[in-house]
Amino acid sequence: VCIHRVRSCSSIHFIKSKYVCVFDKSALKFSHQQRLFRTSAVSCGQIVQFKLSDIGEGITEVTVKEWYIKEGDSVSQFDSICEVQSDKASVTITSRYDGVIRKLHYSIDDIAFVGKPLVDIEIDASKGVAPEEDVVETPPMSHEEHTHQEIKGHKTLATPAVRRLAMENNIKLSEVIGTGKDNRILKEDILNYLAKQTGAILPPSPKAEIVPPLRKTETVPAAPKDKARKIPVPVSRPIAFSGKDKTEPVTGFQKAMVKTMSAALKIPHFGYCDEIDLTQLVQLREELKPLAELRGVKLSFMPFFIKAASLGLLQYPILNASLDENCQNVTYKASHNIGVAMDTEQGLIVPNVKNVQVCSVFDIAVELNRLQSLGSAGQLGTSDLTGGTFTLSNIGTIGGTYAKPVILPPEVAIGALGKIQVLPRFNGKGEVFKAQIMNVSWSADHRIIDGATMARFSNLWKSYLENPASMLLDLK
Amino acid sequence: MVLQSLKNCLWLSCVLRTPKACFWSTASGGLIIQSVSNDVYQNLAVEDWIHDHMDLEKQQVLFLWRNSPAVVVGRHQNPWQECNLRLLRQKNIKLARRRSGGGTVYHDLGNINLTFFTSRKKYERMANLKLIVKALKALRPQLDVHVTDRYDILLDRQYKISGTAAKLGRTSAYHHCTLLCNADKFVLSSVLKSPYKGLKSNATPSVPASVKNLFEEDPSLTSEMLLDAIAKEYAMQHQIDHHINLINPADETLLPGISNKTKELQTWEWVYGKTPKFSVSTCLNMAYKDSVLDVKVNMDVKHGRIEGCHIDLPEQWLPPGLYSELVKSLTGSKFCPNETTSLVTTLLRVCPQDDELHSRWSLLCENMIMLM
Repeated sequence: VCIHRVRSCSSIHFIKSKYVCVFDKSALKFSHQQRLFRTSAVSCGQIVQFKLSDIGEGITEVTVKEWYIKEGDSVSQFDSICEVQSDKASVTITSRYDGVIRKLHYSIDDIAFVGKPLVDIEIDASKGVAPEEDVVETPPMSHEEHTHQEIKGHKTLATPAVRRLAMENNIKLSEVIGTGKDNRILKEDILNYLAKQTGAILPPSPKAEIVPPLRKTETVPAAPKDKARKIPVPVSRPIAFSGKDKTEPVTGFQKAMVKTMSAALKIPHFGYCDEIDLTQLVQLREELKPLAELRGVKLSFMPFFIKAASLGLLQYPILNASLDENCQNVTYKASHNIGVAMDTEQGLIVPNVKNVQVCSVFDIAVELNRLQSLGSAGQLGTSDLTGGTFTLSNIGTIGGTYAKPVILPPEVAIGALGKIQVLPRFNGKGEVFKAQIMNVSWSADHRIIDGATMARFSNLWKSYLENPASMLLDLK
Repeated sequence: MVLQSLKNCLWLSCVLRTPKACFWSTASGGLIIQSVSNDVYQNLAVEDWIHDHMDLEKQQVLFLWRNSPAVVVGRHQNPWQECNLRLLRQKNIKLARRRSGGGTVYHDLGNINLTFFTSRKKYERMANLKLIVKALKALRPQLDVHVTDRYDILLDRQYKISGTAAKLGRTSAYHHCTLLCNADKFVLSSVLKSPYKGLKSNATPSVPASVKNLFEEDPSLTSEMLLDAIAKEYAMQHQIDHHINLINPADETLLPGISNKTKELQTWEWVYGKTPKFSVSTCLNMAYKDSVLDVKVNMDVKHGRIEGCHIDLPEQWLPPGLYSELVKSLTGSKFCPNETTSLVTTLLRVCPQDDELHSRWSLLCENMIMLM
């Protein structure tokens, strides 16, 4: 720690001796006038050539590999400027100054030389010579005010990092009590000020810096040393949220979804919902699960839903069709390639199980397992993701009851399955019993599908699932 | 007891307002730590943490770690150029990018990693490597091992058993190296061979070398023995206790902020996005019906994303609208098979439902995806 202090002192000394002559009264006057206009773009700062320092091991040249800043960016002391490489060593070059980058002397992949200029940094005049030291700043004023007010020589001392924190929280430094040397405003003072405003304890800053409690309790209750400064009366003032909006381009999976859903908009959707009593199916699955596990396969409800859908499609093939662009022809697809919506880390993906019409429930389970593991590993192939003719979305695994699914073109129907809930229902004898109820929400293309067809298909699908034994009769 | 002194240390360092923490007792000039984790990202995160937060002026650190199968590329390298990404995905081998320079290496539990942390001024790779050689010779005097001026360690004057890389920051530095004890050489050579053709880039290339395991030279050697021998030599040279402190890279209390570092190392933006700009210029040989089509493809990839793409297809092979849709979709997307698959299969949904068209599209897209 002592070393740290000494280092910063010596660097200040170094800068002072070289540049102190520049900051005479005339320079100050100029910047004084500039404050009236509250602009920060133009400043008559000194341009310093920041040279590439010694890398060690007798190395004289390195390759510039990446710039972290560009011309015009503001940097603070210790900010990373670039990454250079020399013989298997990657070196992060950090800035020695606060200022604005005015020139990069090298492009990516250029050879840079130790001791030669790397970047030109314009040290901001109004910020003073030595970074991390006191910074002179005036309280913010409105444009109208400047003609009526004179600067009263009101100095507020704070480091650039502290000033940034104050600015982010819309705090006037003049209203903050400084507890540092010469009434310098420290970061703790800003945090205290904010805490007083809201009466809350603020969480510690995300960096590893820990605010020592000792200093705070000792110095805060002390009376302000500067008589001219008043302690502001705490007015209920909302803390300005310092988060910023983030805009990024739509790419990848999101882009795919945008394309699909925009195309789906052209389809006039209608919905049809129902509830299914899965009590018997739940029992059946319990019995079959261990059998499937013996064969190394995880058996969920989906294979049953999928197979039942395929049986239904045999009776109502129009739901497994496709309407051409001009709505002139309907193509009845021979294969039942039933898509299963999957939620992966990257987003929504819909692989399909091919030819369900000739698959057993077990075959479907095997295929689902394969698609699921490929899907989570991000390794699904194009054949898995194309050729779908009908889709089921088991949103119930996440939650929800009824939904309004969107048809995936070029298909004409889709079903969303809600979660299975245990609900009271009446049986044939008028008794209340525990039923395993799941809701289904169908959407279909109203250009070629009518409500009656959808309803009948749904009833058939429902009957297979409510009475699984009936599936045996129609299995091919 | 160790934990208590740690807390005191942390407290002290806070008052002094530096972001660096001192770990264990500051009395000794050295510290030996070993990771209990075999996760490459967690272990790389520990290196980052020590580099960013520890005051290495007074205390140097030796960090010992091993990883389950992973390929680690250097900071400025191109993974597509360096390894067989397809094979990695198939075999579930992780891909990581470290912050130090140098070339690509394959890690598995038969390989040990050693990181020497020092202050920036005390950065000295040769001394570290000589320490390792000294330790190896102390363990097995008959071993013919020596350090080259490329900072490799060679066995029998011809086989590389260790590769080196380093990272220098403002005030601290680290030098790390591998040491082949009993790694799977077959997997190593197959994953470090890139199948991707036509890549042009200024990324740091790796220098391939013949490798050999120390185990092959002397089957009585194990990773544990080697770790111990090196720790002993380090302890002797730094005049400290020959005690290896185990650390858990998942311990957020001991290493505050480590989980964020671990997460960052796993992001696509870091692993693939930090690849220096490169271009792909190759020819797809697509067998279609009775002929073979030669299709020239040119792509520019920046930050791991496709910046420009041009495919030289025979005229009218694809409807022009669809071709431009393909190029538009690819532009700005990750140079990644998963993302590209998702995009191209989506495009099929919104184009005319024509079997011929679909089969051409699938053929082209599958070939394009093979480039990634």
